[in-house]
Amino acid sequence: MPDATKPPLVQVQGLKMYFPITAGVFRKHVGDVKAVDNVSFDIHEGETLGLVGESGCGKSTTGRAILRLYEPTAGSVKIDGIEIAKADERQLRRMRPTMQMVFQDPQASLNPRMTIAGIISEPLDEHTQLSKKEKLLRVYELMDQVGLNRTFANRYPHEFSGGQRQRIGIARALALNPKFIICDEPIAALDVSIQAQVVNLLEELQDRLGLTYLFISHDLSMVRHIADRVAVMYLGQIVELAPRDAVYAQPLHPYTQALLSAVPEPDPEAEVDRHRILLTGDVPSPANPPKGCNFCTRCPQVKPICHEIEPRFQEVEPGRYVSCHIYQDQNTTAGNTAAPQTELV
Amino acid sequence: MIKLEKAMAKMDAAKAQRGEAPQPEAAQPAAAPAAAPPAPPHPVQITATSRAPRSQWWDVWDQFKTHKGALFGLSIFVIILVGIFLGPLVWKTAPSYVDLLARNKGPSAAHPFGTDQLGRDLLARILAGGQITIAVGMTAMLLSLFLGTAIGVLSGYFKRLDGPLMRLTDLFLALPLLPLLLLMVTLFREPLSKAFGPETGIFILIVTAIGATSWMQTARIVRGDVLVLKEREFVLAAKSIGTPPRRMILRHVLPNALSPIMVSATLGIATAVITESSLSFLGLGFPPDFPTWGRLLFDAVDQMQLYPARVILPGIAISLTVLSVNYIGDGLRDALDPRIRGR
Repeated sequence: MPDATKPPLVQVQGLKMYFPITAGVFRKHVGDVKAVDNVSFDIHEGETLGLVGESGCGKSTTGRAILRLYEPTAGSVKIDGIEIAKADERQLRRMRPTMQMVFQDPQASLNPRMTIAGIISEPLDEHTQLSKKEKLLRVYELMDQVGLNRTFANRYPHEFSGGQRQRIGIARALALNPKFIICDEPIAALDVSIQAQVVNLLEELQDRLGLTYLFISHDLSMVRHIADRVAVMYLGQIVELAPRDAVYAQPLHPYTQALLSAVPEPDPEAEVDRHRILLTGDVPSPANPPKGCNFCTRCPQVKPICHEIEPRFQEVEPGRYVSCHIYQDQNTTAGNTAAPQTELV
Repeated sequence: MIKLEKAMAKMDAAKAQRGEAPQPEAAQPAAAPAAAPPAPPHPVQITATSRAPRSQWWDVWDQFKTHKGALFGLSIFVIILVGIFLGPLVWKTAPSYVDLLARNKGPSAAHPFGTDQLGRDLLARILAGGQITIAVGMTAMLLSLFLGTAIGVLSGYFKRLDGPLMRLTDLFLALPLLPLLLLMVTLFREPLSKAFGPETGIFILIVTAIGATSWMQTARIVRGDVLVLKEREFVLAAKSIGTPPRRMILRHVLPNALSPIMVSATLGIATAVITESSLSFLGLGFPPDFPTWGRLLFDAVDQMQLYPARVILPGIAISLTVLSVNYIGDGLRDALDPRIRGR
């Protein structure tokens, strides 16, 4: 589906999101929580990029920093060719209709004191000059699109089920005809049966409206179902980025291998043969990541160099990017590995 | 994976059965450039099933009606208001008419509530005093509510204002209020009386004095609520839509902080009435010939043991007002919360 001739719709370069740690009476700056540390990727128009990783690895923060809901510490985010990360308020407001977000907790992301019609028409109030009647028509149209009954327009969020609430959230995100939608774990708070409904709805809307998604999730099966390419995050960094089938068929990075080995196999006979790679230890604190490779404390294939030098995020096969020393040995010259790679440190 | 796909296939089939095929009309926005939301591109009729959103104030009233205490409070309050403002039209005795022959009389046909030590009719004085007391209470409450909410919202929402505004609140909380009030009254009574006339001047002075010294609790409570609300996801969602701070506060933060504001409003009336009473009691409120409920109490306290009715009657008036307003506030707070509404 991705159109290679056009420049990517979303270009993220070296995105960093540090949250300062302060201590003492004078709130002295003593360190940073490196929630997102040097993340780069592109998303082409009409494509779905799945962003997976365990809890607390910085997936949601990445999504929020891309939309400037947080102020990124460094890096550049270009959406539709326009720089977002450093745009001023007015410019940013003009860009808002292009990029929207569907939130994780459908209960928390809807204002309990507004009716559904009010919630869905808020983007219209902010960015269009439609009359009251036109807005109402557009709201009904959106409710039809996401499969909500029009009679619900006057109700309040607490009167809906989780799946219906998520549909309301999706309708709100669609109101301004965005090009790019960040789905921040849209299915994590839903039942399995409802998850399928919502994911199908998202796919259907993508086909119909030509949307581009950044699909953040920790559900690997769901990402496999919806994503075209998959990025795997660990401790604030992307360790592997590759087309979906390649990742699931032959994961390269040891962390991806471990992550995928944890997915249960529905076929009982295959399940017997499933080899689970168990990682020992805990995820290091993002305030104090290990020296060298972030994964070196838990990696089953760790080598001495991993404790010394941070691996580079590089292309090992066409379209496959991995950040690991195992693959860098094959592709980089000896001199390159010997010299400390300072550019990413 | 297999399970999932099966479930999805099932759902699709179910959808097809219900005739929920993707509407062809909805495909149109995909073709149109995404920049401007389309002007109504196709006729979507507002049918009988999809009635236009009804004003939510009707829902509020429906819920309010179910709260017995609130209805009771509202009727008492209305009775008090009607009595105070229309009563003097019926009961024509002037509150300041001195009849030295009828001093300290008990209830009679000529004086249903009796008379005071100067022979003034107590009923007329209570009616006249109620006008001033309730006007002062309401206005001072509104002023302190406005100040408290504004300062609370600003310091909760804007991190940079938080420190200065909260220290200001601390400052006001630490001030000994009564001496401050006394100072304000002594300093400003003369100039204000000259500028606006004795009655209005004193009214402005008292209202400002009470309003400016009672907003701190509201500010603290509202700030706390705003700090919590600011981190909620729906505020983040509004931010991703591009809602500017002003509308964010009015649309998302304030409505959700309504409960504590409502509570401080109802308590505020009580505090204002009581503060006004204590000022009058100290002889620093309205001039002696202006009856207020506090003043009536003050005048009657000397002879409380001989004529207890003169203390009890204004006392009951104050208590009833405060209590009824509290119940109204309680009912309003419930009615304004959609989660409680309709239960």
